[in-house]
Amino acid sequence: MLSPGTQAPAFALRCTPDQSVSLSELRGRPVVLAFYPADWSPVCGDQMALYNETLDEFQEFQAELVGISVDGAWCHDAFAKHNKLHFPLLADFEPKGAVARAYGVYDEKDGTCERALFVIDSDGIIHWSYVSPTGVNPGANGILSALEDLKTKSETTAGPK
Amino acid sequence: MRARIPLTLPDPERDHISGSAGGLTRLLEYGDYECPFCAEVQPIVKEIQRRLGDDLLFGFRNFPLTNIHPHSEHAAEAAEAAGTQGNFWAMHDLLFENQEALEDDDLAAYAAKLGLDQTRLIREVIWKIYTPRIREDFKSGVRGGVNGTPTFFINGERYDGPLDLKHLLSALTPQNM
Repeated sequence: MLSPGTQAPAFALRCTPDQSVSLSELRGRPVVLAFYPADWSPVCGDQMALYNETLDEFQEFQAELVGISVDGAWCHDAFAKHNKLHFPLLADFEPKGAVARAYGVYDEKDGTCERALFVIDSDGIIHWSYVSPTGVNPGANGILSALEDLKTKSETTAGPK
Repeated sequence: MRARIPLTLPDPERDHISGSAGGLTRLLEYGDYECPFCAEVQPIVKEIQRRLGDDLLFGFRNFPLTNIHPHSEHAAEAAEAAGTQGNFWAMHDLLFENQEALEDDDLAAYAAKLGLDQTRLIREVIWKIYTPRIREDFKSGVRGGVNGTPTFFINGERYDGPLDLKHLLSALTPQNM
């Protein structure tokens, strides 16, 4: 998996059947990428449902959250509606898993994304990354700590005016 | 976070607690009144409380997943509102026992059943008087490592074992105690 300090690989993926999201359009604020194995599997549901409830906390850091799996846009659409998700799910669908591969978190054996988290800073550099065992919901604490750390760092480097 | 809440231990100053404040074993649950797994584990918690008696300090914090459980927020508000009227635990138990009936009318009926001022309770639920407290519970859970419901912390450590009486009891009563 790509480690902190690395430039986050660019991507543009479908989030609905007729809309795309690219990493470059999110530049300027922290971005949280949550790769997960599949829509509809119970643990994923929990993880995305949890993040859906913590959007306010991510918002405090002006961070943008996106979920990514190899499911297609129509599947994401149904899954997001079912769980009333208020953040985009991106379809790493064609070519399958290309973005997950670029980030080093594609599971060749199962043909799905690993359960991996990346926090990318406002300049597009990976600040923090974490892979969780597939069956374990990593929760949101690691993401929030990374965002907090990023905020402290940017305040320190900005220095007194 | 505004107040410095211990994230993984019940705080007798702040939380709804049951048992003895001097209890050596401290159990904290993060739960959601509309979560089926939380309702399932409820009788097990009761049995643990019965067996450990004054050795146990039990605390409950709200962790409602409001998008997938549309009644969870109002139910949490109702439990808090009952708490203000001095009857948190009775409402807490009723909500879990009647998880399939958590409309506002049901909440009012439970308040009446417990002899509480139901008009006041429903007003407080609708006005979301306790939302800041519930959010504070939720945030402390997220920062403490809660990743779903129910999540239990035993003496400050997250318990990831099976949610049955045998395993929970043995985690709560290590040999050296």
